[in-house]
Amino acid sequence: MTATTPVSASLATGDPVAAVAVPEAIPVEASRGYWGSVLRRLARDPVAMAAAFVILAIVLAAIFAPLIAPMDPFKGSMVRRLRHVGDATYWLGSDELGRDMLTRLLYAGRLSLFMGVLPVVIAFFVGSALGILAGYAGGWVNTLIMRVVDVFFAFPSVLLAIALSGALGAGILNSIVSLTVVFVPQITRVAESVTVQIRNRDYVEAARVSGAHPFTVVRVQVLGNVLGPVFVYATSLISVSMILASGLSFLGLGVKPPEPEWGLMLNTLRTAIYVNPLVAALPGVMIFLTSISFNLLSDGLRSAMEVRQ
Amino acid sequence: MILFILKRIGYAAPVALGVSLVCFLLVHLAPGDPLSAILPVDATAEMQAQMRAAYGFDKPLPVQYGLWLWKVLHGDLGTSIATGRPVLAEVGRAVGNSLILASVATLIGFTFGTFFGFVAGYARDSWLDRVASAIAVFGVSVPHYWLGIVMVIVFSATLGWLPPTGAGPQGSGNWFPDLEHLRYLLLPAITMSVIPMGVISRTVRALVGDILHQDFVQALRAKGLSEFGVFRHVVKNAAPTAIAIMGLQLGYLLGGSILIETVFAWPGTGFLLNAAIFQRDLPLLQGTILVLAMFFVTLNLLVDVVQTALDPRIERA
Amino acid sequence: MTELDPRDRGGPAQPLLSVEGLVKHFSGKGGLFGKGPAVRAVDGVDFSVMKGETLGVVGESGCGKSTTARLLMQINRQDRGDIVFDGELLGSRALDLKAYRRQVQMVFQDSYASLNPRLTVEESVAFGPKAHGLSAAAALARAHDLLRRVGLEPRRFGGRYPHEVSGGQRQRVNIARALALEPRLLILDEAVSALDKSVEAQVLNLLTDLKQEFGLTYIFISHDLNVVRFMSDRVMVMYLGRVAEIGPADAILTSPRHPYTAALLASQPSTDPDARLDEAPLTGDPPNPINPPPGCRFHTRCQFAAEVCRTREPGLDPVSPAHFAACHRAVPGSGHPDSPPVPMAA
Repeated sequence: MTATTPVSASLATGDPVAAVAVPEAIPVEASRGYWGSVLRRLARDPVAMAAAFVILAIVLAAIFAPLIAPMDPFKGSMVRRLRHVGDATYWLGSDELGRDMLTRLLYAGRLSLFMGVLPVVIAFFVGSALGILAGYAGGWVNTLIMRVVDVFFAFPSVLLAIALSGALGAGILNSIVSLTVVFVPQITRVAESVTVQIRNRDYVEAARVSGAHPFTVVRVQVLGNVLGPVFVYATSLISVSMILASGLSFLGLGVKPPEPEWGLMLNTLRTAIYVNPLVAALPGVMIFLTSISFNLLSDGLRSAMEVRQ
Repeated sequence: MILFILKRIGYAAPVALGVSLVCFLLVHLAPGDPLSAILPVDATAEMQAQMRAAYGFDKPLPVQYGLWLWKVLHGDLGTSIATGRPVLAEVGRAVGNSLILASVATLIGFTFGTFFGFVAGYARDSWLDRVASAIAVFGVSVPHYWLGIVMVIVFSATLGWLPPTGAGPQGSGNWFPDLEHLRYLLLPAITMSVIPMGVISRTVRALVGDILHQDFVQALRAKGLSEFGVFRHVVKNAAPTAIAIMGLQLGYLLGGSILIETVFAWPGTGFLLNAAIFQRDLPLLQGTILVLAMFFVTLNLLVDVVQTALDPRIERA
Repeated sequence: MTELDPRDRGGPAQPLLSVEGLVKHFSGKGGLFGKGPAVRAVDGVDFSVMKGETLGVVGESGCGKSTTARLLMQINRQDRGDIVFDGELLGSRALDLKAYRRQVQMVFQDSYASLNPRLTVEESVAFGPKAHGLSAAAALARAHDLLRRVGLEPRRFGGRYPHEVSGGQRQRVNIARALALEPRLLILDEAVSALDKSVEAQVLNLLTDLKQEFGLTYIFISHDLNVVRFMSDRVMVMYLGRVAEIGPADAILTSPRHPYTAALLASQPSTDPDARLDEAPLTGDPPNPINPPPGCRFHTRCQFAAEVCRTREPGLDPVSPAHFAACHRAVPGSGHPDSPPVPMAA
């Protein structure tokens, strides 16, 4: 005896690191102020709220780093290198050049968050536009866009990011470009599949046969129903993006020294793992904390939106 | 079934062509003259012209692509600038090491992932489910390169149980299946296995939960089948998808191994890529990426065929 | 009776809509290259709808009713065949798609799926008029007017979302939305099938009233013969992508000439226990529309099938004035043993 419905048949779309299932265009409960009710449900999810709090704290700390950081992030002291965590002056120790770890961890949040979040934001807009175009137009437009997407899907995302960064060379801008190119096809594919589902709904057909311009049909009838699921998917990519962005810096492909960035700090402190292992591991803790918080918040957002009536 | 395989190959072929085009364009993506990346800085003008002709850089781009593709199809991936050896030989040496690491990591990840997934799927919303889910979230959220460093700190630097880097004693360049080499494999493989473990346990949890809620399971229970009998049905229904995910994860690990291989100085393709990037060895970079991407395309194809063969519900038309 | 619409062209004698040789095949998947065998969803359909009448369309699921509706609505394009609206050929210079769609609108079966969950009821109704150039305020005013006419107080219901109103109310919204463009022809594709019986009766009465009020013409598609009997002036029976029988509702529903129509009528559950049948009048599934049987498409399930039925496909021939049936048995001289005698030539 077998089940009649295939259980999540298409899995080739899952991303390696995130492996989040592609959201379906669920008939979302649209009550007065749809996003308002989603937020209300999200607010009742303690895990998601904790994650949101951590993210907020990290973001605020990064923004206000100059105000709250105890020292200068670039000024080191050769005699006070690799102090341990709990030091009277350096609360979280000092790095291999004698710079205050706490200060640098706070400052590093700026570049790490910027490089992790920005590619997903750009990819959200570009990918949504491409996906909706492909899904709604159908025909050769769809074939053209989706075949190109298929080609990029044929690269594991880490490999693609490193291939592009490696060819373009190190640098913040090049890292952001590479990661954006990694995420655009993924978001395009999700936006396309959701749009195709929505496009065949009766209400879209009713709008089409009303004689409205296709652009108007998309704007009024399609957009609101597609962007929700795509947005959830995009939030789940932020976690991957954070890990990849810091990973590029860790490899020396992103931020250049002496700028503080978590991945780069992890790299430069590798020499210290025998001398001061706790300090050497600290930047990774920050990447992990940010990444897991974004993942948990994204999960919470997904279940808050998936409530069916 | 044969028709299905042929169709799949027909679908993968243009993708493979596109992948080769992207790999070809990588060299032209590099800032400046592609030649400057290939030639040493102190190259004479005569040497430059010679190389330009040799690489065909004087011809229009589509022609260059055609020539390059022709060479690739005949097994010529060019010559490494750093070592002067053929790229194919370099990649061939490294890919075996990477494959061992990625396979072992996938196996570990699959074993623990399915275990946690089944536990969580069966005991939905219990504390067991929460623990298993937490482990899964950890697996997909942890920066694995950092986890590698932590592993080295704990098991090498602090406890001194396992070697921190390399594939074998005295900088052994190749991995052998003996006990000594196994100790070198352990740390990177366990570190790497965290990703597929998280992914697989999440998937299996969802699969098992879905299957247990389906009517046919109720019917099996109603007709008095033992819980073990029900379990066998669940396994049979979850297996095709879980195995497909495992196959894809192997591909992702192989392609994404650069960070872990860098941390553990594992002499695989990732390590090779790292070297290629920092020596601006573009032919080596291009060749390695091409081989890894093609491996992934092939693996995708295989997974697709195997999944379809295992799962009677997927239409083979 | 309906007053003359200012948009009327040909007068009351000219059909509002006529369809000739409508064909739609959906190509299936499969095959290494190209497409698989085609599903002949609509396979040569002719009929016309007179001004102000209601044409009921019946048939089993898969007979091509809904595909016909979607072709009339031009959601899908026909492979072959012409649609003529009030004397003008659709696609000609005199009648482009946009002008046609303003005059022909449709109400879908699934009241929930046919309303955008993210739009309020009044926004959904106002969408069409706004798309046709009305100002936001004017479109909203029209939406409110229509909501009132379909029995929904705009101040109470206008701002609600689809899931906040009942199924019957949602279908009223869909009707208002379809009427917002002031169409002349309304296609109702199983529009009341999903409703409770009591709600269904209310919506049917509303449709009857609206027809009078706006001078509408209906194509009323349903699998429920009782509802079709209540609504229709004429009835068209479809089988496997073709018209089996078409004629006045009374004639079709009391003295059918096609055995398929008779079987459909007989399969209606009766309230009279003595009239209940022991055997199903229609056995077996309809044949595969990919490969319809040769000759008469119904012969595989027909108790009267004769040799001629297996070889020659019957045309849609008159059996009495205004009543046509595609059955050899009903047509004189067809070669069927039971066919009526050929009248003597004068």
